[in-house]
Amino acid sequence: MTGRIPVTVIGGYLGAGKTTLVNHLLRHAGGLRLAVMVNDFGAMAIDADLIEAQEEDLISIAGGCICCSFGSDLIEAMAKLAERSPRPDHVLLETSGVALPGPVAGTVSLLPDFDVDCVAVLADATRIRALVADRYLADTMDRQLADAQIVLLTKTDCIGPSLADETLAWLSGRVPGARCLPVSNGAVDPAVLIGARLGYRATLSLSAPHQAAMLYHTESLPMVEPLDIAALTTLLQGADLGLLRAKGFVRNAVGQIYGVQVVGTVVRVERHLAPRPVEPGLIAIGLRRSFDPALFRQALAVTRVTGD
Amino acid sequence: MVTIYRARKIITMNPARPVATHVAVRDGRVLGAGSYEELKGWGEHRLDERFATLVLMPGMVEGHSHLSEGVLWRHAYCGYFDRMDPDGKTWTGARSIEEIVARLRDAEAGMADPQRPVAGWGLDPIYYGNRRVMRADLDQVSTRRPVGVVHASGHILNVNTRGLELAGLMRAGINHPGVVLGADGLPTGELKGPEAMSLAARHIGMDRGLLNSDEAGLRAFARLCVRTGVTTAADLGNMLEPQAVEMMTRVTAEERFPARIVALRMAFDIEPEALIARAREVSGMSTDRLRLGIIKVVVDGSIQGFSARLLWPGYYNGAPNGLWYIAPQRLAEIFERALAAGIQVHMHTNGDEATELVLDTMEAALRKHPSADHRFTLQHCQLANRAQFRRMKALGMNVNLFPNHHFYWGDEHYALTVGPERAERMNACASALEAGVPFAIHSDAPVTPLGPLFTAWCAVNRRTASGRTLGEAEKIPVGEALRTITLGAAHTFKLDAEIGSIETGKRADFAVLEDDPEHVGAELLKDVRVWGTVLGGRVFAAADI
Repeated sequence: MTGRIPVTVIGGYLGAGKTTLVNHLLRHAGGLRLAVMVNDFGAMAIDADLIEAQEEDLISIAGGCICCSFGSDLIEAMAKLAERSPRPDHVLLETSGVALPGPVAGTVSLLPDFDVDCVAVLADATRIRALVADRYLADTMDRQLADAQIVLLTKTDCIGPSLADETLAWLSGRVPGARCLPVSNGAVDPAVLIGARLGYRATLSLSAPHQAAMLYHTESLPMVEPLDIAALTTLLQGADLGLLRAKGFVRNAVGQIYGVQVVGTVVRVERHLAPRPVEPGLIAIGLRRSFDPALFRQALAVTRVTGD
Repeated sequence: MVTIYRARKIITMNPARPVATHVAVRDGRVLGAGSYEELKGWGEHRLDERFATLVLMPGMVEGHSHLSEGVLWRHAYCGYFDRMDPDGKTWTGARSIEEIVARLRDAEAGMADPQRPVAGWGLDPIYYGNRRVMRADLDQVSTRRPVGVVHASGHILNVNTRGLELAGLMRAGINHPGVVLGADGLPTGELKGPEAMSLAARHIGMDRGLLNSDEAGLRAFARLCVRTGVTTAADLGNMLEPQAVEMMTRVTAEERFPARIVALRMAFDIEPEALIARAREVSGMSTDRLRLGIIKVVVDGSIQGFSARLLWPGYYNGAPNGLWYIAPQRLAEIFERALAAGIQVHMHTNGDEATELVLDTMEAALRKHPSADHRFTLQHCQLANRAQFRRMKALGMNVNLFPNHHFYWGDEHYALTVGPERAERMNACASALEAGVPFAIHSDAPVTPLGPLFTAWCAVNRRTASGRTLGEAEKIPVGEALRTITLGAAHTFKLDAEIGSIETGKRADFAVLEDDPEHVGAELLKDVRVWGTVLGGRVFAAADI
């Protein structure tokens, strides 16, 4: 037993780019054993060069990753997954096109072996505005987006930069509770969607894949000084930092350790009571154009506990 | 060898000679129905008088049921209404939660293995003043064994504390819409929806719900068919995995197996292209008593579960619109591929928006693949309006409505889900008839009891459990109802040339009745006594099945 396995729930309508994204994440798993859960294999086109072997309901993928179909019994499939040896480090759960990812995440939260890392919903930049006005799908699309902490606006390369910017601004206004970021060719820094890459494994390289690296900035800070936890929480909740993800451990004035988790707009700062000692430190990631690392360091400095 | 049966009356559903006194049978098929004088002309024969005091009508066709009706009877029946089991025993309804507890205790008392779970089914709290069952209630049955009761709707499960513990749910801090919490912050034991249910269902031996049957369940289901006058019944939603097809083929071929089963392949877990290929493959495995090759697609959820998709203005109590169970794009792809391949599709829709989507999708698919006699069938289709029935007719579709639902949940629909006006037009049999849409009516057993004569009574009287007549204008006459539970349902499976009436060339499938459904009157239709059935010329008496 090695604790709960984090799960990223990936939602979005048919054609939103879930498959492209999953392939990208598998290619850049960076040594993590990812388990991809899909509704059915037919819909799932794992790139052929990644596949090592295929059985009835399990595909073995290069680098120790796997892909399983869960069909109509997600819970059964997840239970089997937890029993695998070695256990996966992280699960990517791809929902069906009309599923609401929030309830799926709720179901994952009921399972003793898993923990929801984040809910990401994909929106196809070429179609999302038509879908949210569709006679049959409008409310489903809005409900999917409302469930997201991170919305990936995909296929922005297909509509040109100015329309892409306009669509992104429109989307951000429509989904105020989530962080929206543009994606082309499925290239997103895996650390944004796979919290396990942040912090849990210090030995992992955090360098993002080339295409994504140009878009994202990752900031790693040692955080040796004690912080005012309440002030830090307030700071992280503010939208102006442009943070997409952050993870790590900080110390308060009396030396107690707190775990920090930021996923989009969701901030969790909680006492870390595990027996294992941890190294204080914070890793933060944001889009280059909206995340200013210098500003972030300054803001953090303000939450430092001064005097006693 | 020709057998000529004499009966008190034979209702044929053949308009050319609607009633007869004799029917001649050879090789399991009908040579003709008429007078003894007429039928003697078929040559050497044996005159069989065993039905001389009984009434024959075409074997009834249940157009939408589930084989799990045969499985559930292994567990304690906890429904509010009296209900007959496959052995012919009528279980009285449980009139209070205390009675349910007592019933489960009885079941528990007979168990030797101390680990074995205690399971019940058919619970409906609307009849107990909406008092919910709590884990403390079920703890009175046992604190050591897991105890669980599935609701009549199939969408909710109540378990005891042990059941919650085994499911890993007996803890504080759960935040999930399907897990009801008590004032103490702990789950009450009420688990709603497939995910929350499935965590506990596996521990009470009810893990795969409506989609599963086994050999014993299939045989029990068929015995229930004999007791209700059913000769052909649809299993509306089977995964048809190879081992299930093998088992069903073997069991239905048994010498004394008394029903014909039409099993539809669920469009779950499979891509449209593979789905069509599988439907085609199993179609070739059909036998006389096991018909395969039709597909079932689930489009939305249920009205009483607020998961059906409704057109404006939505739910009467303001609940948000329901859920799509399939992406419209995928539905379109299934329709197009199925029409191109000549495969029939049945679509579960409950809400009128789901029906509208199917009609729009069908219209577009037919433009690409014009098909003269596809008989794609809307199943349940409870809220369809008259404009939708006219479109069904124009598009060549069939519909299978759910009048039983009206009896069991009509009061709830009137007060809560869709409100008075739409509750009155639900399951609009008269509208279907007027629009000329070929239609069937069904029980959705085990959701409501198998029994086409009861279903016909519901369509004729539109009575709810409280005694309210809901939708005078949508009542249909007895004759139409009887036609619907025979030829009407047969038509939805393209079996109307083979079964559904008693006339030359048809299979010798009869319902054998002790009373005449054409003469007992609308009020007593549900009380017509069933003697048994004849399936392909083989006689099955309910008394010794």
